[in-house]
Amino acid sequence: MFEFTIKELAQGLADKSFSSQEITQAYLDRIEALNPRYNAYITVNAEQAIEAAKQADNRIAKGDASMWTGIPFAHKDIFCTQGLLTTCGSKMLHNFVPPYDATVVANFKREGAVCLGKTNLDEFAMGSSNEHSFYGRVINPWSKDEELVPGGSSGGSAAAIAARLAPAATGTDTGGSIRQPAAFCNLTGLKPTYGRVSRYGMIAYASSLDQGGPMTRNAEDAALMLQVMAGHDPKDSTSMRQDVPDYSADLNKSLEGLTLGLPKEYFNDQLSQEMANTLTAAVKVFEQLGAKVKEVSLPNADLSIPAYYVIAPAEASANLSRFDGVRYGYRCEEPADLMDLYERSRSEGFGTEVKRRILIGTYALSAGYYDAYYRKAQQVRRLVKNDFVAAFEEVDAILAPTTPSPAFGFGAKGDDPVQMYLEDIFTISANLAGIPGMSIPAGKVNGLPVGLQLLGNYFDEARLLNLAHQFQTATDWHLASPDNQ
Amino acid sequence: MSIGPEDIKKIAHLARLQVSAEEAEKLGGDIANILNLVDQLQAANTEGVEPMANPLDAVQVLRSDTVTEQNQREAYQAIAPATEDGLYLVPKVIE
Repeated sequence: MFEFTIKELAQGLADKSFSSQEITQAYLDRIEALNPRYNAYITVNAEQAIEAAKQADNRIAKGDASMWTGIPFAHKDIFCTQGLLTTCGSKMLHNFVPPYDATVVANFKREGAVCLGKTNLDEFAMGSSNEHSFYGRVINPWSKDEELVPGGSSGGSAAAIAARLAPAATGTDTGGSIRQPAAFCNLTGLKPTYGRVSRYGMIAYASSLDQGGPMTRNAEDAALMLQVMAGHDPKDSTSMRQDVPDYSADLNKSLEGLTLGLPKEYFNDQLSQEMANTLTAAVKVFEQLGAKVKEVSLPNADLSIPAYYVIAPAEASANLSRFDGVRYGYRCEEPADLMDLYERSRSEGFGTEVKRRILIGTYALSAGYYDAYYRKAQQVRRLVKNDFVAAFEEVDAILAPTTPSPAFGFGAKGDDPVQMYLEDIFTISANLAGIPGMSIPAGKVNGLPVGLQLLGNYFDEARLLNLAHQFQTATDWHLASPDNQ
Repeated sequence: MSIGPEDIKKIAHLARLQVSAEEAEKLGGDIANILNLVDQLQAANTEGVEPMANPLDAVQVLRSDTVTEQNQREAYQAIAPATEDGLYLVPKVIE
């Protein structure tokens, strides 16, 4: 049962092979048994999940169900859930029970889906390894002798799905936080176009880069999940008024006549020979499926990380100024005065990586440095975007590695934060440009899963899902689990 | 780029953070490394390039000026650290 995809679970519920209460209870039991090993969940929503499953079974019995009614899944603990603890991986929000639902959360509730719990993440989504959570590190279920990171920041969602503690989960991606953990845990993860999924109630890190998306076992499920998440939301003024297509409609379309691009800049020192070989093998699969593959150029690719580490911290420093110890969240003991209340609540409530990024952002925005850093980074951001715009005049989608290497060990990046930042070298440009990006399982290196990244033009999620699904009909990498390799 | 402990303390105060002398030392080193990374931007030719704030160059949309939200003060203040008579409590500001 734990090997069922969302699509198969929906089929089983529809033909009454099992009830939502049965599968929900089975998942809750498995979480209770295995979560202590992986630490994938911060909060397990046992009581409310069973209640939601009961209601779902009633809806199904009455014939009032949608495809998602009764399906258990998990939310990254960055989405506000009314009445359910939402920590964002931070001590700052250790006691935050939101009085409202994020739009993404409300969408799944309306469909009658069953939230199993809230998954672990790097604090405020700042990290690529899940080592920066106040609630402890998440263990990659693919670990063998050495314990490995699940990737980050959506590492809890990724580990939960890989360990079969949830059939699917939501994630968010500001610089690679859906795609990199998906690659490390052998999953399918999609970061949609900026503005495709509402950010309302999704705790903000860098507002012009953040985007929520699905993390699943395959492309078919990602299409089903994006269908619920996507759409304009009056509560998020940056969500786009663009029609939402049927994301499952084109999954089986032939790839005949499509042209895919391989960015020559990505074959650099950062990419090992083994990783490059995986990519070459994936290119062959797409060619056999009828697509043409040609070289493209993204000349400003190497400027993505420097631009990101100005823009993201700058936006973070502004966004995180709301945590002041006054209205909700952590407050220090016995503040001497108002300044002491602000400064100590924030210093005690935030972890080291969050403080680093707030300081970088504050510096980049401070008087005398704004033009040299922030304005310059925004200009470079446009150059990065223009590269993609030019490339998509020649090709329908771009193939790239998701990460420079498979999952690494805890502490492997040492003490220098810059080493960790370089982990996102292949994913970050999609966030800067705002285009959709997807990671799908594409092989093994040193016995560990690695991802293939698909980058598409604005609002071209359906095409990425089509490519991913066709790849998954021709390969079986996505079927491997840690217990079944 | 060198960032001394005094610079760190100044930036920290702007960000309403407190850092100990020991933390300031370590953070200064980290931030200097990050600024070194960021300084690669200076090599880019961006003359005449319009800064980009939104990936789709979307502009802010305005809603009609009508009341849509309901008063939920009690729900919102139920999660506050300290309130009284519908007000948020902070240490004394005016002597």
